[in-house]
Amino acid sequence: MADQITDTTKSRLIHYATHLGDNALILGHRNSEWCGHGPVLEQDIAISNIALDLLGQARNFYQYAAELTGNGATEDTLAYLRDVPDFKNTLIAELPNGDWAQTVLRQFFFSAYQYYLYRQLQKSGDAQLAAIAEKAWKEVSYHLRWSSEWVIRLGDGTEESHERMNRALDLLWTYTGDMFIPEAYETEVFAVDPARVKADWEQKIKQVLEEATLTVPENTWTQSGGKKGIHSEHLGYILAEMQFLQRAYPGAAW
Amino acid sequence: MNKEWPLWEIFIRSRQGLDHKHVGSLHAADAQMAIENARDVYTRRMEGVSIWVVESKHIHASNPTEAGELYDPANDKAYRHPTFYDLPDEVKHM
Repeated sequence: MADQITDTTKSRLIHYATHLGDNALILGHRNSEWCGHGPVLEQDIAISNIALDLLGQARNFYQYAAELTGNGATEDTLAYLRDVPDFKNTLIAELPNGDWAQTVLRQFFFSAYQYYLYRQLQKSGDAQLAAIAEKAWKEVSYHLRWSSEWVIRLGDGTEESHERMNRALDLLWTYTGDMFIPEAYETEVFAVDPARVKADWEQKIKQVLEEATLTVPENTWTQSGGKKGIHSEHLGYILAEMQFLQRAYPGAAW
Repeated sequence: MNKEWPLWEIFIRSRQGLDHKHVGSLHAADAQMAIENARDVYTRRMEGVSIWVVESKHIHASNPTEAGELYDPANDKAYRHPTFYDLPDEVKHM
């Protein structure tokens, strides 16, 4: 396959698969921070399940990227041996969890994005990306349902939960635009141009926020840069914790 | 005000054609959340194809102290068991 496509296309495919893996890994790691700290036992398990789903998606994308890269690259070298500027995840994934309102709202924004993205990616001409998207889409459908319900529950809940959702909305909104700014690797034929999922995403967000008695912010200014490798200060801390063992004891295994 | 979410009893059907079986209980704010919690807590390892949830307060149970009057009378009525018939050889699976 490699000799049938140009070097640029191939390197963009690697970047794209890595980017999709980074999105899943970083949010998966954030969600895993809830393990043992969830507001109630059942939701602790729910958010940990979502973390594991995302980790599984990251592995699939990384394995594919590693296979294309060759040179001894593996899913582990991609996860553990790259530094901040090498990560191409969208910014919203790396933001701290905050309270439960912030966590479920971020999950909702992100899952809605993944939902429409993977739905189209299933039709990608790249068979491997299409297959991963098909498998992951079912998981994401549930994440979207779960997070939508929490947004509605808290937004249309008590005075305090409504207030907390509003605070989360103020904080997270300016990070949502980053998901839709296309990088070069997203404009290739194998990829889904995020601009093509934006309308669906906005409609879903509007519908759920309205049901949650929350107002879609009118502010259109957005943070950006995640997909290029320009990150907030938070990603370095995540990597420091996540990569410590492999950095300190290279090749350590169970 | 009681801030605890109500308790729900969870029933899972493990395969098509089988009965729903009681698997445990959990807390949830409403039926929808109970189903999702049950999905996350009890079906993570492919245990189920269908979930029923019933709020625990709606389960009416027999009283263990009444076991004598409820169940003992059945003990000495062997004739209620269809074991005294001679079955023709042609009848299988009885």
